[in-house]
Amino acid sequence: MKKKPVSVKGQDKNLRVKSFEEVVLGFSEAEVLEEASRCIQCKEAKCIPGCPVGIDIKTFIKRLTLKDYAGAYSTIREKNNFPSICGRVCPAEYQCRRACVFTKKGEPFASQDAINIHFLERFAGDYGAKNKIIVKADSNNKLSKFKVAIVGSGPAGLCCAGELARGGVKVVVFEGLHKTGGVLRYGIPPFRLPRNILDFEIDSLKELGVEIRPNYIIGKAKTIDELFAEGYSAIFLGLGAGIPSFMGIPGENLCNIYSANEFLTRVNLMSAHKFPEYHTPVNIGKHVVVIGGGNTAMDAARVAIRLQNMNGIISDTTIAYRRTEIEMPARRLEIEHAKEEGVKFQMLVKPEEFIGDDNGFVTKMRASRCELGEPDASGRRRPVIIPGSNFEIDCDIAVVAVGLGANKILTSVTPRIVTDKYGDVQVNPETMETSVKGVFAGGDIVGGEGTVIEAMGMAKKAAVSIIDYLYYRWPDP
Amino acid sequence: MKILNKEILADSQGISIVKITLLSPDIASKAKAGQFVVLMVTEEGERIPLTIVNADIKEGAIVLITQTAGFTTKQLANVKKGDTLYSLVGPLGHPTEIKKYGKVILVGGGVGIAEIYPVAKAMKAAGNFVTTIIGSRAKELLILESELKQVSDGLIVMTDDGSYGRKGFVTEALKELLEKESYDQAYAVGPIPMMRAVSVVTKNFSVPTLVSLNALMVDGTGMCGCCRVTVAGKVKFSCVDGPEFEAGEVDWIELLKRNSIYSDKEKHICRLNNL
Repeated sequence: MKKKPVSVKGQDKNLRVKSFEEVVLGFSEAEVLEEASRCIQCKEAKCIPGCPVGIDIKTFIKRLTLKDYAGAYSTIREKNNFPSICGRVCPAEYQCRRACVFTKKGEPFASQDAINIHFLERFAGDYGAKNKIIVKADSNNKLSKFKVAIVGSGPAGLCCAGELARGGVKVVVFEGLHKTGGVLRYGIPPFRLPRNILDFEIDSLKELGVEIRPNYIIGKAKTIDELFAEGYSAIFLGLGAGIPSFMGIPGENLCNIYSANEFLTRVNLMSAHKFPEYHTPVNIGKHVVVIGGGNTAMDAARVAIRLQNMNGIISDTTIAYRRTEIEMPARRLEIEHAKEEGVKFQMLVKPEEFIGDDNGFVTKMRASRCELGEPDASGRRRPVIIPGSNFEIDCDIAVVAVGLGANKILTSVTPRIVTDKYGDVQVNPETMETSVKGVFAGGDIVGGEGTVIEAMGMAKKAAVSIIDYLYYRWPDP
Repeated sequence: MKILNKEILADSQGISIVKITLLSPDIASKAKAGQFVVLMVTEEGERIPLTIVNADIKEGAIVLITQTAGFTTKQLANVKKGDTLYSLVGPLGHPTEIKKYGKVILVGGGVGIAEIYPVAKAMKAAGNFVTTIIGSRAKELLILESELKQVSDGLIVMTDDGSYGRKGFVTEALKELLEKESYDQAYAVGPIPMMRAVSVVTKNFSVPTLVSLNALMVDGTGMCGCCRVTVAGKVKFSCVDGPEFEAGEVDWIELLKRNSIYSDKEKHICRLNNL
């Protein structure tokens, strides 16, 4: 008889909304063994190509069943330097789990029955961290004479740094903010990715010899050409998707209307939830409206509802999305967690205007109701406004989570790096090399807003090309 | 980010203006007039933007001037020589477009005087005829008078209380001057009401006027949108699109309101820390 999937335990929903402690508690050893034993070890494991970095899922699960946890950890680390991070933030239901043999064909995301690969990965990653299993860098005389600069310490930059360092290359990572991690730190809240986990995985890079230089903006403090002149042989750009988009509706600059990036950065990076112990403020109100349907919107809403609970405000946080739940790009687990925590969902809503008081603070949002029409370019059904469906909703804090555009700080001073009309860096998809020889790119700066693991997939590809470049093409006469 | 020197330029009426020299060779070698840094005093601190007042490539040092207003500027005013700031990043924002305009008039109010200094210097070096008007509440709060005199062809000093120079606002001197002679470019930095008033005056005389905005920021690199302002009806980010904009196109009321988003919290944290 087919065994039932092991469900993962979470922190009590009444307690968790009052703190930033991790919500998903992960599998115990017994649960890991039970879940791993459900894997039927397919002859042709579909889950492996389902993983953007190609982790040998079949083998690591097999090793878990044999209680060879260190072996499972090593198997994952062969392809992924950040198992504890990916085990927590990967949208597995769209990737490996969707490819799992237990997912019915044609489903938009993984079936309940699919193996909980991400939780198994998380266990193996945390095991490696707890037992300080160290993966050593290769000593490679050919590569050790090279120095590569990585611009940005988000998922793409960190991944590329790890791959290169393990190959024996000297790596220096330049980060604009005062702390490393990029979106992993300023975007993803601690209740989804605890800071000690993030710190451990980043520190493991330092053990590989990676040097990290925070507070350093390439394009401002130094140019690409200056990096080359200083002896860097190649450069990887992991700049991320920088500039938050707004809707362009009246009243959007009223006080207490935040971009999701600002709202999350204030809390996740600057610890505004600990004000005044930490000095960065964030405002919280009685009626929070978050606009958007992605992971960022879920994160913002779940941060908001925590801030309300922690400040003794009766929680009222609403996600307004212009399509329906099925079209929401967010991970299913985040949607579920947001609901459990009391976040309200208003579907098929299109904001029209924000209304403020005399001091310029937002008080209401005016919106229209929509219905779904014909599919658009993304294949999702387009929301169409229902005439005369105008309504108002109380709103003293609004968070706009409708996407991001490219940050042009670096590319605007380096016009040789060819970008598309959106400002994204153009690369050769096979090699991730940009129009400038020796400059490679990956992550959101080349492809809009992807996931952490997709960024890592691109970064790995770039790392392979960089090593190839150093071996065979450098210095190209 | 080591503090090489600290000097109190003014301390009166409950306001201090402090000049801090920081070691930062990379920023010093790149900084241009009009650019700024974002700093954190401590690890718990907030990120605040400050204009780079001077950069010394040889010494690898930059000069910042801050006036005590909120918690972080008060904390910054209390640092000592030899201390190290938790973080410092820059140079950020677009540099001022320095070229030969012809006759340039610079207007600085309060601590804004510090911000017009690098521009005045660069404008003078570019061969412009530079007239500078500076103003403060009182004599004790006036800064950089002799420095600006050196880089200006003419300098007018105004004080609100008449304790030094002429009594009155900078805009009065500006209006009188523009009535007498024509100017090709104006540049103003100071409190929002002052910059707004300057924009009204220069508009009447059709003098293009740049202002450097002091919007609230977090990262300072375009990532958060906290510093968004409406300029000519379009939303701009002060940090990456600015910090300078054409004065007549800025929605000043919106900026004034947005800059007061955290007034209550600011008062609270100052009170808690006896600042």
